[in-house]
Amino acid sequence: MRFHRSLHGFVTPLVLIASVALITFLGVLGGDQVKTSLTEMLIRMVVVVGMWVFVGNSGVISFGHVGFMCVGAYAAAWATVDPNWKSIMLTGLPDWLQNGQYPIPFAIMGGAVLAAAVAVLLGGAIMRLSGIAASIATFAFLMIVNSVYSNWDAVTGGTSSIIGIPTVVTPWVAFTLAAGAIFVAYAFKVSRYGLMLRASREDEVAARASAINIVRVRLAAFVLSAAIVGIGGGLWAHFLGVLTADTFYLSLSFITLAMLVVGGLGSLTGAVLGVVVVTIVVEVLRALEGGIALGKITLSLPPGSQEIGLGVVLALIMIFRPSGLTRGREVLWPRRRSPMTEVSTKTATALGPGE
Amino acid sequence: MINFLQNVIDALSLGSLYALVALGIGLLFGILRLVNFAHGDFITIGAYSLILPSTNVVATMVIGSWHWAVLIPVVCAIVVVVAMATDVFVFRPLRRSSAPTLMIASFAVSYMIQNGVLMMYGARPKAVNLWSALTTQVTIGGLREPVLQIVTIGTTIGLMLVMSLFLKHARWGVQMRAAAEDFLMAQYLGVRGNFVIGLAFAVSGILAAAVSLLFLAQTGALSNVMGVPLALFAFVAVVVGGMGSLPGAVVGGFLVGIVTTMLQAYLPPDLRVFRDAFTFTFVIVVLLVRPAGLIPSRSIAERV
Repeated sequence: MRFHRSLHGFVTPLVLIASVALITFLGVLGGDQVKTSLTEMLIRMVVVVGMWVFVGNSGVISFGHVGFMCVGAYAAAWATVDPNWKSIMLTGLPDWLQNGQYPIPFAIMGGAVLAAAVAVLLGGAIMRLSGIAASIATFAFLMIVNSVYSNWDAVTGGTSSIIGIPTVVTPWVAFTLAAGAIFVAYAFKVSRYGLMLRASREDEVAARASAINIVRVRLAAFVLSAAIVGIGGGLWAHFLGVLTADTFYLSLSFITLAMLVVGGLGSLTGAVLGVVVVTIVVEVLRALEGGIALGKITLSLPPGSQEIGLGVVLALIMIFRPSGLTRGREVLWPRRRSPMTEVSTKTATALGPGE
Repeated sequence: MINFLQNVIDALSLGSLYALVALGIGLLFGILRLVNFAHGDFITIGAYSLILPSTNVVATMVIGSWHWAVLIPVVCAIVVVVAMATDVFVFRPLRRSSAPTLMIASFAVSYMIQNGVLMMYGARPKAVNLWSALTTQVTIGGLREPVLQIVTIGTTIGLMLVMSLFLKHARWGVQMRAAAEDFLMAQYLGVRGNFVIGLAFAVSGILAAAVSLLFLAQTGALSNVMGVPLALFAFVAVVVGGMGSLPGAVVGGFLVGIVTTMLQAYLPPDLRVFRDAFTFTFVIVVLLVRPAGLIPSRSIAERV
């Protein structure tokens, strides 16, 4: 049974990518407003899928990934902003960055590399900690990034933003990278490292006893995950055209984690589905906040209800569907579902005569 | 020398605030394995409860203008009710969930409270003048200290004494410690689980209320995220001290407060803006040297 993985293996990512392509195709037919939300959603998908590589497989919640997004976004922006502006505002940049202007794909890749490099340093340090302590340490990392990026005026512009980043990210560009992220994440999941990492998530002691070096597999996932999230950051920069450090803080951290949890931490399908569902919830609430005309009266929710609504949805899902909407399963995976301990009995009964 | 002593008192005063917050977080973690992000928002609620709910720019004091002997118990009661309500509505249905799920649930609660406050009170920070008499300075042998700092340190020491007496000798306190040691075993021996957890939320609510008043008297400003930085520093304090250990939480809180103040005082001016980055780096370094924290708790170690 185990050996069929390579044959059937890539049904899940292909179905996911096809569904996302369909959503993108329908979205670009809509107006500018829809296109903006769509692009935003696809970029978040890159970020959330990137987070899932680490969080989903290791079971360690990370609050710090938005920090990698910040690192990737700024690095990409440094490379593509007009040198004239940089020489006035970002005087602390090294010469080759300050006076040069590089192609956007390279800039985004550069952001990914920098995020990965930071992840090697940070991960090497904190992957030795136990799950919860590691989570809090990633929090500390988020604070460090925020503190540095919002105060290092000569390099990041401090609280005044970096402006004039070329806005080239269209829905299809974002889709391409989201598809790439899904593919890479799945490839990691079914790889040897992915399997070892999920073994450590289920039972650390047993995994260690099976000669799995937990620190190493966690670190590998952490670095890959940071690189993907870094790409998401670069896309974000070239979508908005403006960067401030405070964008990449608690609120975004919350929304991306909410997306992961709503869909279900246990599966890649969950990460993708969570992004779509949470985006729809947020957009609906935002529309309600804006007001809906019913005949002559306009009904609208007070400001803030979007966030509260999202919190309520998240809490309800955690209470009633603790393993998320997907219950930790992958889409179209007839034989073997992702092994979530909580649902293992249900899964066993639900397994059809697939073979 | 005088300067240094002044810094020490500043450090102790900030440290005692962090220690109080860390104690509230550590208490719930010990019993419930809950990393409660909403604790900072309990503090925010305590502070906002003093004024009239409105989106006006000017804050109108209601409870805040009462005599302190009435004000303190009322604010404590409000925060305790909110804390216990989060338990009943969110955390109790999640009793059997894993620690990461609880953590994210508390993140959601925190997000809801922040935006609920925003909705009721408006987005702009408000200036509030609580107990202005406390900001006067006293001179002790060349040291000039605001009374408030001494009150803060005194309150903290007082609350900690009461807490440790309660945990050591009171019937409920002993039950709480038993639950923190081994929740299942405590239940077998007749400790009512939900009662003890509710009690823990109540105690952490009282601690949050105390912090909210002390903090507000110091800063004089209300904002819907005012509790967040306190809670964030307290988290790392709890982890540094040793998760699940109450003395560890206190030690961690004081340590983080002292490090922050000393960095503020002695970093070169250019680097001073990065103070928080240095503090959190220090925290990560401490964790590298002692992954289980300074005072590791015995009960948290996983048994096989």
